[in-house]
This record gives sequence, structure tokens and C-alpha cells, in this order.
Amino acid sequence: MKPAPFRYIAASSVDHALALKAEHGDEARFLAGGQSLIPAMNFRLARPSVLIDINGLGELAGVERSESGEIRIGALTRYHSLERDSRFLTDCPLFADALPHIAHPQIRNRGTIGGNLSHADPASELPAIAVGMQARMRIRSAIGEREVPASEFFQGLLTTDIQNDEMLVEIAFPPPTGRTGACFMEVARRRGDFALAGVAAIVTIDAEGRCSQLRLALCGVGDRAVDASAAAASLIGQPCAGEVIETVAAEVQGMIDPPGNVHASPDYQRHIAGVLAQRAISAAFSRAGHAA
Amino acid sequence: MQPERHDIELSVNGTTCRRTVESRILLSDFLRHDLGLAGTHVGCEHGACGACTILFDGAPIRSCLMLAVQANGHELSTVEGLAGNDGELHPIQQAMHDHHGLQCGYCTPGILMTMTAYLKQNPQPSEHEVREALSGNLCRCTGYQNVVDAMLAAAQTLRAAP
Ligand SMILES: Cc1cc2nc3c(=O)[nH]c(=O)nc-3n(C[C@H](O)[C@H](O)[C@H](O)COP(=O)(O)OP(=O)(O)OC[C@H]3O[C@@H](n4cnc5c(N)ncnc54)[C@H](O)[C@@H]3O)c2cc1C
Ligand code: FES
Ligand code: FES
Repeated sequence: MKPAPFRYIAASSVDHALALKAEHGDEARFLAGGQSLIPAMNFRLARPSVLIDINGLGELAGVERSESGEIRIGALTRYHSLERDSRFLTDCPLFADALPHIAHPQIRNRGTIGGNLSHADPASELPAIAVGMQARMRIRSAIGEREVPASEFFQGLLTTDIQNDEMLVEIAFPPPTGRTGACFMEVARRRGDFALAGVAAIVTIDAEGRCSQLRLALCGVGDRAVDASAAAASLIGQPCAGEVIETVAAEVQGMIDPPGNVHASPDYQRHIAGVLAQRAISAAFSRAGHAA
Repeated sequence: MQPERHDIELSVNGTTCRRTVESRILLSDFLRHDLGLAGTHVGCEHGACGACTILFDGAPIRSCLMLAVQANGHELSTVEGLAGNDGELHPIQQAMHDHHGLQCGYCTPGILMTMTAYLKQNPQPSEHEVREALSGNLCRCTGYQNVVDAMLAAAQTLRAAP
């Protein structure tokens, strides 16, 4: 099918884009990679009357590091450029694991991190990674800027804290620390499909090689990315091996309420979430050992 | 709503084109209907099949997921630009022919455009890498094996070319 008629405006600056958004409110949408918005418009699931194209706004793209080592990714940064940024992938290894799972190379040439997170698909890899890494979202409007932690940014199915006059401009990830290992794993029906379940694990170990902190986040098993770090309480102070990981996996399975879909029943999703949690924690733990 | 139109100028297979397009015209439809370049196929219009893949500033993209107006000022390549002016097939097309890499041919333009860009970036791929690179292009006919064979052969020919 084809999109319904709309007005197309190529924004000439972030301020221009924000002024247009303030003027048109929820009638208008930003056009980033278009890899979720255009299909929705083709099927008339979305019918914005104004499209504000932000693709010309180079200032929104790229990876920077603050003095404290925080990693700041511009909203318009495309998957493709992150996939080729070896320093970034070293600092944020969850992306190295997850990016190849996102759609296909042709789609990764266009799709942007800001578009992905603003779209807030619960089956997408990146919201879970943002929650797992405790990212902070920088959101701007014509009148000011604010920062929201990922845990508060995602508010439900395709719903975020971004207001009608606002744009997500940057995503900030905390600096990498030593003795930390991370792993993302997922199960999907075919290469490039959305995950039936996916798990991001970040393990920090102490000088004795015991787990001192574990962050765990899941995609595909709820109406938004699920922070399951609380399930890992029994691991703290322990080496990440054997039965204790199975206990964590069982806790994770108890915490989630997967919706099920045409490819997977809720029980199957719960099962693979547990298996993936075990495997991702073990892999992250062993990577933490190598990092130390 | 009155159709809203934009003047655009872009390069397609090295030729500059100027047209006036409605905002909502997809790049795939613009190529097929406005420019008559019907080699770019349309299978699904939601990014899933890959038949509409073209090169946008050298990078493979889904032309069904871009608007024609977004192509203003950009360089596009489509399957029509692959063969030489004398009709000589591009090595990647010749390899598809030699290895029986197509049956109905619906997926073929998308595969050719995806793989011309890929083989430039990775001239000596393994079979696994070729399959990975093809993962965004659905083919209902061939079962992929002959396409993979063709791409490995094309890679070899392209490496040997001066
Ligand atoms: C076949 C196919 C398979 C896919 N598989 C996956 C997958 O496995 N995993 C996955 O994660 N994704 C997948 N996707 C979706 C893809 O990753 C999209 O690129 C992504 O969801 C949206 O990013 P975008 O830049 O394309 O945003 P757009 O489509 O341009 O925008 C999406 C929404 O966000 C809004 N928006 C965009 N940028 C901003 C901003 N800076 N501030 C505020 N609002 C903004 C838009 O107005 C729109 O409402 C798939 C897509 C396709 C077509
Ligand atoms: S028609 Fe564009 S991907 Fe199927
Ligand atoms: S040859 Fe028929 S779809 Fe590929």
C-alpha cells in the first residue's frame, strides 16, 4: 500500500525541527531512518499530516565521549556506522552482540538508534540494552532540555516519555569499567526477525572473581524492556557458575509475563528467556574474567 | 488534502534527473513509474523481502522505505545500471546466469544490488559470509544454493579483474 498524503519538510537545523514539532504537535512525526515509520505509513497504520525529515541534521549523528568517559551517541547515528566503530563496540560490547540481530544490512544502513528507542518496540534489542546499561536519554524541545533514565523512558508498548513537542537528541551510556563483561543473546524465528526473547547481561566481578554486580534486561517478553536485575540478587558475592545461575534463570522466568505471538507461546518465550539468561550470564562472567 | 509537490534533482545510474514529485511517492514507485526503471521490483512494501533494494549513495537500502523526495541531491544505482552500454553483463549477472541463480527472477535485482555493494566491501567472502549478506533478500524459487554459488564465483571473477 501507499502512504496517505502529508506535508514533507526537510528540517534545516535541530531548532527548526523543534519549532515545527511545537507548531504541529502530534499531527507531525520526525522522519529518521524511516525503517519503522514508513512501513507503518505504507500500511496506513500511521497517518501523520506533517513529516519533519531530520536526516540532514548532521549534528545529531556520531559518537562522542565526555571528560568523565561517558559515551554519548547522537540520536541520528545509524546502526551501520556503529557496526563499523570498533572503539565503540569495545566500549559497549552489548552492541557488538546485538547489532547483527537487528533486521538486515540494508535496513541497518538507514535505521537510527534514536528512531529505534523512540519507537520503543518491546521486541527490539536496543531498549533492553539501554535499560541494562542504565543509559540516560537526552530529550529536547524548543524551550529546553531534560534527561531521563532508560528505566523511566520506556512506558509501554510503543510508548515513551517523549512529549509531543520533544525530540530525543542523544543517548548517554556510562563509561566502561574494568572487570566487567557483557553479553547479549536472542532467539528469533529467522535471521533479522524481531526477537522472541532476548537477554542482555552485564557482570562485574571483584578481585576474587566473584560477582559484585549483575545487570539483566530482557526484550520481547513484555510490553517494554524488562529490567530483571533483581532476579540476580543470589549471585552477588558468588562465582557465576553452576546451580546459582539456574536459580537466577528460574527467578527471571517467574518475573516475566510474556505475551506470546504467532511464532511462540508464552510458555515457550518464558522457557527460552530462562535458557538465554543462563547462557548470557555465563558468557558475560567469563568475558569479565578476561577483561580483568 | 491538496497533493503537495516538490522539485527534486538526483543522479540515477550516472544520469541527472529532474522531476516534480508528490511528497508521499515512495522511491520504489518513483523509479518504476516516473523514471520507467521497472527493474527495481516491489514485493512487500514493508522492508521484509528485499526485492526493491537499490544503492543510495553507494549503500544498499530498501527503496520502498524511502520517499522519492528524500533522494533529492543523492546518487542512486539500480539494476539497469549494472550491464555495460553494449549489453555485456556485469560479472555478478553473468555468474547468476552461469550458476542458474534465478528462476522467476523477482528477487534478482535486489540480490544483485545488495551483492555488488557487498563484494566491493568484502572481495573474498566465505560461504557463510555470503549467506549472511544475502539474509535480507528473500527468494521463493531457488533455495539460495545456486545464488550462493554464483556469488562465490562472481567474487572470484571480480578479484581477477584488473
Ligand atoms: C524488515 C524489518 C525488520 C526489522 N527488524 C528489527 C529487529 O530485529 N530489531 C529492531 O530493533 N528493529 C527492527 N526493525 C526496525 C528498525 O530497527 C528501525 O530502524 C527502528 O525501529 C526505527 O528507527 P528509524 O531510525 O528507522 O526510525 P523511524 O522509522 O524514522 O521512526 C520511528 C518512530 O520514532 C520517531 N522518531 C524518530 N527519531 C526520533 C527522535 N530523534 N526523537 C523523537 N522521535 C523520533 C518517528 O517519528 C517515528 O514515530 C526492522 C525493520 C524492518 C523494516
Ligand atoms: S518491497 Fe521493499 S523490501 Fe519488499
Ligand atoms: S528467483 Fe523467484 S523469487 Fe528468487
